[in-house]
Amino acid sequence: MPAVSKGDGMRGLAVFISDIRNCKSKEAEIKRINKELANIRSKFKGDKALDGYSKKKYVCKLLFIFLLGHDIDFGHMEAVNLLSSNKYTEKQIGYLFISVLVNSNSELIRLINNAIKNDLSSRNPTFMCLALHCIANVGSREMAEAFAGEIPRILVAGDTMDSVKQSAALCLLRLYKTSPDLVLMGEWTSRVVHLLNDQHMGVVTAAISLITCLSQKNPDEFKTCVSLAVSRLSRIVSSASTDLQDYTYYFVPAPWLSCKLLRLLQCYPPPEDGAVKGRLVECLETILNKAQEPPKSKKVQHSNAKNAILFEAISLIIHYDSEPNLLVRACNQLGQFLQHRETNLRYLALESMCTLASSEFSHEAVKTHIETVINALKTERDVSVRQRAADLLYAMCDRSNAKQIVAEMLSYLETADYSIREEMVLKVAILAEKYAVDYSWYVDTILNLIRIAGDYVSEEVWYRVIQIVINRDDVQGYAAKTVFEALQAPACHENMVKVGGYILGEFGNLIAGDPRSSPLVQFNLLHSKFHLCSVPTRALLLSAYIKFINLFPETKATIQEVLRSDSQIRNSDVELQQRAVEYLKLSSIASTDVLATVLEEMPPFPERESSILAKLKKKKGPGAVPVTELEDGKREGGELNGGGDRGPDSSAMATSNASTPSPSADLLGLRSAAPVSAAPTSTGSLLVDVFSESGSGAPSAGVNDDGFLRDLEQPTETSDTLLVEAPGDSDSAPPSTASEDPAPPLPEADELLNKFVCKNNGVLFENQLLQIGIKSEYRQNLGRMYLFYGNKTSVQFASFSTTVSCPGELQSHILPLLPLNVQTKPVEPLVEGGAQVQQVLNIECITDFSEAPLLNIKFRYGGALQNLTLKLPVTINKFFQPTEMASHDFFQRWKQLSQPQQEAQKIFKANHGMDTEVLKAKLLGLGTALLENVDPNPENYVCAGVIQTKSQQVGCLLRLEPNAQAQMYRLTLRSSKDTVSKRLCDLLAEQF
Amino acid sequence: MQFMLLFSRQGKLRLQKWYVPLCDKEKKRIGRELVQTILARKAKMCSFLEWRDLKVVYKRYASLYFCCAIEEQDNELITLEIIHRYVELLDKYFGSVCELDIIFNFEKAYFILDEFLLGGEAQETSKKSVLKAIEQADLLQERQSDDWGGLANDELL
Repeated sequence: MPAVSKGDGMRGLAVFISDIRNCKSKEAEIKRINKELANIRSKFKGDKALDGYSKKKYVCKLLFIFLLGHDIDFGHMEAVNLLSSNKYTEKQIGYLFISVLVNSNSELIRLINNAIKNDLSSRNPTFMCLALHCIANVGSREMAEAFAGEIPRILVAGDTMDSVKQSAALCLLRLYKTSPDLVLMGEWTSRVVHLLNDQHMGVVTAAISLITCLSQKNPDEFKTCVSLAVSRLSRIVSSASTDLQDYTYYFVPAPWLSCKLLRLLQCYPPPEDGAVKGRLVECLETILNKAQEPPKSKKVQHSNAKNAILFEAISLIIHYDSEPNLLVRACNQLGQFLQHRETNLRYLALESMCTLASSEFSHEAVKTHIETVINALKTERDVSVRQRAADLLYAMCDRSNAKQIVAEMLSYLETADYSIREEMVLKVAILAEKYAVDYSWYVDTILNLIRIAGDYVSEEVWYRVIQIVINRDDVQGYAAKTVFEALQAPACHENMVKVGGYILGEFGNLIAGDPRSSPLVQFNLLHSKFHLCSVPTRALLLSAYIKFINLFPETKATIQEVLRSDSQIRNSDVELQQRAVEYLKLSSIASTDVLATVLEEMPPFPERESSILAKLKKKKGPGAVPVTELEDGKREGGELNGGGDRGPDSSAMATSNASTPSPSADLLGLRSAAPVSAAPTSTGSLLVDVFSESGSGAPSAGVNDDGFLRDLEQPTETSDTLLVEAPGDSDSAPPSTASEDPAPPLPEADELLNKFVCKNNGVLFENQLLQIGIKSEYRQNLGRMYLFYGNKTSVQFASFSTTVSCPGELQSHILPLLPLNVQTKPVEPLVEGGAQVQQVLNIECITDFSEAPLLNIKFRYGGALQNLTLKLPVTINKFFQPTEMASHDFFQRWKQLSQPQQEAQKIFKANHGMDTEVLKAKLLGLGTALLENVDPNPENYVCAGVIQTKSQQVGCLLRLEPNAQAQMYRLTLRSSKDTVSKRLCDLLAEQF
Repeated sequence: MQFMLLFSRQGKLRLQKWYVPLCDKEKKRIGRELVQTILARKAKMCSFLEWRDLKVVYKRYASLYFCCAIEEQDNELITLEIIHRYVELLDKYFGSVCELDIIFNFEKAYFILDEFLLGGEAQETSKKSVLKAIEQADLLQERQSDDWGGLANDELL
């Protein structure tokens, strides 16, 4: 037996461990383990009742086997039996086994909880601690349910031993983390906060972790902790190193507690009380001063403990961001660490300085260290430190040093680790764009990026350079020249070919005057790369070629010959073949005017947030801090990939209608030779029409809110409106020319409908022929919906007609009562190619409903009758009026709606991310009021609203409980009408 | 703190303590990944590394690596000293602790850790208090094992 065996030493266990260690091979080990498992199993199953000691030993062996990495599927019961042993060691091993191998077998959990309950009430502090440790280690919801009420009582009781208090505090913290809804501090709050004053340092150390976590979630309730924490901190900071006896660690008084106190203070803004604030500033100054004092010990533990406090203090100073003096001092202190011989300190100093760089008070002070940081980027041997240096350079970059920093980052890129190259590329691209004074520098930088790290240049980066070149005519000539030169290199990256093809296709004419870059030279240069490129790049080059034909008629013959060659026109790739065929045809039959219109220069891209920023934001890390200040547009919400984000993909390039929504929807209206852009108001930009607030495409009544609704609330004239009837009532169907019955709803109709539950505007449907956009607004029980039908083809739609019908429940009513009254006028029966027509629906909600109205569309395209049916996104929640109410009122109503049929509940898996802001936006989009401070658990959402129908009003209450860990939601709805609860529950369950 | 792992230079896990609920498969995966990453690092490298959205703090003592995963806002240096204090506790309890002590008395290593850290937070940082708690338990133990008055029959199995 080689090692000491403390305490009672289980000899059998030690022998077994020795055996395992002596096994020469994995197989031998498995064999030995299987033998042991068989032995234990037979002992557990045997007739002879095992004594406690044997049970303990076998359970311990099982534990050892499990920790070796093997599965254990028995022994749980024996471990549970050990819990109720009177012998401390048996109990202890039982608890250890449960803690490590917890199984959510509910039978056992009940037994375990029973044993824990007994120990908690035993008043034996050692047993109580064991039980609390077990709860803290397992931390399951079942345990929270059983003990979350009891533990706060133990924590604050006057007669609880200190050691038990410590365990109780952290046990409660663990339960709060798993089941915050079950841990209600309420009446205990103030007594828990006052644990900060406890005489026993260990109690304070444990309790402060709990208080910090609770403060983060309920800062107001716990705010009295600030002054207590400041005075505790002040006492520690000013104490001599021997005052705190065993809580002094290598001459540093209570480093763990100090760090936790400083951390707690970071949950709050600077103290308002002048005296408290003064005391705190004094503490922070003392900590900064002590960092300068000569060390009291050479041990690394001394300096680590001291500096841990220093870094935490600096974090607090940065968090306050209001004391210029302290910020600058912090920066100087960190500056000294930048050249410290301890790698750890250099790393932390770089990291901490990154946040200092974003404060206006310390930004300049950080900048003075630029040379040291650049040096770190070049010489640090540890990649994680170099990464920090690169982050810091990014954070300290501004107009004054951008050229130097970008140049250094570019040169670092040549040798940078593969793991960080992509992020570096993004950062360089962002800095170059943000601080570009002259855009030629920007273009040079990006082309350099492609040259040095082409593989890591993502689409966003090269899209962006093209967007910028297209939007800024002062740089186009330079870009053409530079890219032409870059393409001269014998081996250049495919991304360079893409940028080159695009830019020369647009602006090659700007350098064509020079015989060295004549049109034909440009073309030959591009074409020399063609065969080395992938299909998407080749497709882009083909588009560049057709643009060349327009720019330089003299290249037409050469290019047509290329297009005509078998390798193009019979290319096995369908996209390439189609382009070759279409471009060849276009260049042969279209007149110069038509060609010029079709191949006009790209219009400027809408200025939106840089797509690269969005990409960098997805990557995390300290470098993300300054990104926020880069956002000029201040666009809220998730829709970052709007127009500015859409890449200048090759089809968009070929046509000047930049907003063709689907790139594959074909290049130009090549099928008819009609000039596509001849009717600019009706082509292409369907979306623009739908969403433009200025509303050129809006009805004559005007779209501004007042007009819209005033109009709506007046009784509509019935003379020429068409009352939409139920199916079967075909007499009053619109004068449809199509004889066929409406098609059944599309399979995806429900899915499309679901997209509109929480929003009112957008594209409802799109296929190759047709796009349907929707804009709608609701007030009380009335709504108005604009439908925009866009013909995406270049061919006229004939016999275009639409019908709206309300299916479902009306048949079951005795009176022919429609839940919805939808009125509309027929649309024009002809929709020209590329044109858009609109239709207005006036909607009145008579009573609540579950089935959405159906929209059937029929038209002839070519010879074929198109017939499709969609669900109109009119859902019951559209008629919500938000209702604000206080917590008390909410719960009163909640209780009033307690009949089982009034409640609908669903538990479901999250289909989307669980981001708070997105969830809130959706709940607001639902139409209800989102109520703050109602649910004791801040993670949950509570909403209230009244559904307005003509016949009645239905009050609804909603509670949504996300569980981020399980990626699940529980949704509960209560309303005065069962059908409404159920329908809302069904609708909403699809939204999250 | 989200978890603590102890492993040998050969990559064998000697102790693992998880403060967040994870399935066994995930625990094994994390263990493998971190052991591999850390063993590949050179001696003079910094003790901190970014890993997923956590920070990993590690230190080597003789043949054993101690490794903790902490959250974004946690303090790296104080975590290094948590590791050191735990090593001191083991050392004091076993009397110049070595890897074998931890292998043969793994349950003790867990008990000491539970006295020192609970739920991933420091519960008691005083060396004396932690050891007193453990020694008291050992006393209880010895008194109880006296009652047995010898070894059980199947002791050697």
